[in-house]
Amino acid sequence: MTALWIAIGIWLAAWALNVWLSASPISQTRLGKLLVPLVFGATVLVLWEGLVRGLGIAPVILPAPSAIAAKIAVSLPILWQDFAQTILKGAIPGFLIGAGAAFLVAIAIDRSPFLQRGLLPIGNFVAALPIVGLAPILVMWFGFDWQSKAAVVVVMVFFPMLVNIVAGLQASERMQRDLMATWGASYVQTLIKLRLPAAMPFVFNGLKIASTLALIGAIVAEFFGSPVYGMGFRISTEVGRLGLDMVWAEIAVAALAGSALYGLVALIERWVTFWHPSQRH
Amino acid sequence: MKDKASQPVIEARGLNLVFQTADGPVQALKDVNLTINQGDFVSFIGPSGCGKTTFLRAIAALEHPTSGTLTVNGMPPDEARRRRAYGYVFQAAGLYPWRTIAGNIRLPLEIMGFSRAEQDERTARVLDLVELTGFGKKFPWQLSGGMQQRASIARALAFDADILLMDEPFGALDEIVRDRLNEEVLKLWARTGKTIGFVTHSIPEAVYLSTKIVVMSPRPGRITDVIDSPLPKERPLDIRDSREFIEIAHRVREGLRAGHHDD
Ligand SMILES: Nc1ncnc2c1ncn2[C@@H]1O[C@H](COP(=O)(O)OP(=O)(O)OP(=O)(O)O)[C@@H](O)[C@H]1O
Ligand SMILES: [Mg+2]
Repeated sequence: MTALWIAIGIWLAAWALNVWLSASPISQTRLGKLLVPLVFGATVLVLWEGLVRGLGIAPVILPAPSAIAAKIAVSLPILWQDFAQTILKGAIPGFLIGAGAAFLVAIAIDRSPFLQRGLLPIGNFVAALPIVGLAPILVMWFGFDWQSKAAVVVVMVFFPMLVNIVAGLQASERMQRDLMATWGASYVQTLIKLRLPAAMPFVFNGLKIASTLALIGAIVAEFFGSPVYGMGFRISTEVGRLGLDMVWAEIAVAALAGSALYGLVALIERWVTFWHPSQRH
Repeated sequence: MKDKASQPVIEARGLNLVFQTADGPVQALKDVNLTINQGDFVSFIGPSGCGKTTFLRAIAALEHPTSGTLTVNGMPPDEARRRRAYGYVFQAAGLYPWRTIAGNIRLPLEIMGFSRAEQDERTARVLDLVELTGFGKKFPWQLSGGMQQRASIARALAFDADILLMDEPFGALDEIVRDRLNEEVLKLWARTGKTIGFVTHSIPEAVYLSTKIVVMSPRPGRITDVIDSPLPKERPLDIRDSREFIEIAHRVREGLRAGHHDD
């Protein structure tokens, strides 16, 4: 029980520390902005550790963070292999292909009202298909390896990207388009110099949603058939063997990879759409 | 009073323009007849909704008349637009926020295929003209509204179109800045001999700037009076206290009032 009380004590102390930090001028500095979430995260871990030890929770229900960390330390080669298979080969190529395809289709739709009426409803339909139904079919089509996982990600990413790009292409103001018209600009010139830049805030909104979907899609698709490695494969088999520490280790990797991907997209967004009111400082 | 050298640049004959809206048709222009000659400075004045903007947009081929004829340099407005006959200044600056001020001014030049060196040279020249030298690297949102409007005028001047169309360009500016820019526009007009179409709500502004004042009235939008100004081409600001000036202003005001009574 003492572990529990120590944990709660540390939690209260850290809470007080954070309250003091966010009220003090330090929180306005770069370091301070980083410090508050770090202290918060560390507190959660300590409390978690204390709860598990103090209440004697079985590792199958919830392993302590220290146990997960120990498992990560001894399983690095396996974790890396799974990461490479699922994220580097499945999620990221699927993400890029899906976003690229959505971009091309969005331009085609923009040029042709006929396609707009035909393709958007089809896209809507595909987006409504549940991934648990879709994944086994795509595994049948593209085999057990990463290609089928990338295909699932493409399907999942495509529609949210398409909707955002199509909306983004409408985002320029009438006066801005009229100006282009008075200069006698061609369709391509207007697209490149006005409509695409104006669309970027929407595009990045889509990319941020898509980055999360890509991760989910790549992992879940492995539940329906995969080689004997991959994050989704590992999670499903280790759950069966009650190796919950390994499941949590994979979850930790997935969370890190997801945050990194999202962070990267957000960073590029900041650099590309610096002019947008939401990004100005 | 017509100058022999001047020839018609913009000609409207029996022009009608009807917008189809959800609440039924709106007649924005009714039977408009107007000739604008090379080098004219024409002001359009009239109450809100009388079709000033619509007429200017029709000249620039941004709206299409329902009936009647409209020619620019002897050709249809669409054709004139393709030949880049217009510089258009909208009521709001309409600068692209992802481009710097210089980048915004450079944009029409990029589209029209000017060489890089010429883009630089022209951008610097028009920035100087509107007194924004040194602000080229700023982004639009870092400038005041008046500065943004000057930048948008610079952008319309950069490619040297023969016709400059300005829709209430100074509407949002204070009196002092407005006076200064009015003087600048007059100087520019005298130096370049451009044909200028200028929409305003201000009687003094219209009388001070124009060689021709077009008074319009609403519902349906039509021309009620066209006044050829007897004022000399050289116009110091204090010309606004002269008797001639006050007489023209009076006639414009009467025209506006008469339009109102028809309602
Ligand atoms: N795109 C449009 N669709 C429908 N009606 C329009 C459109 N543009 C203008 N109108 C209508 O045409 C009429 C003339 O409008 P216009 O903008 O030319 O007036 P204006 O003289 O410029 O007025 P203001 O001084 O307020 O700018 C108005 O009744 C307006 O509601
Ligand atoms: Mg108007």
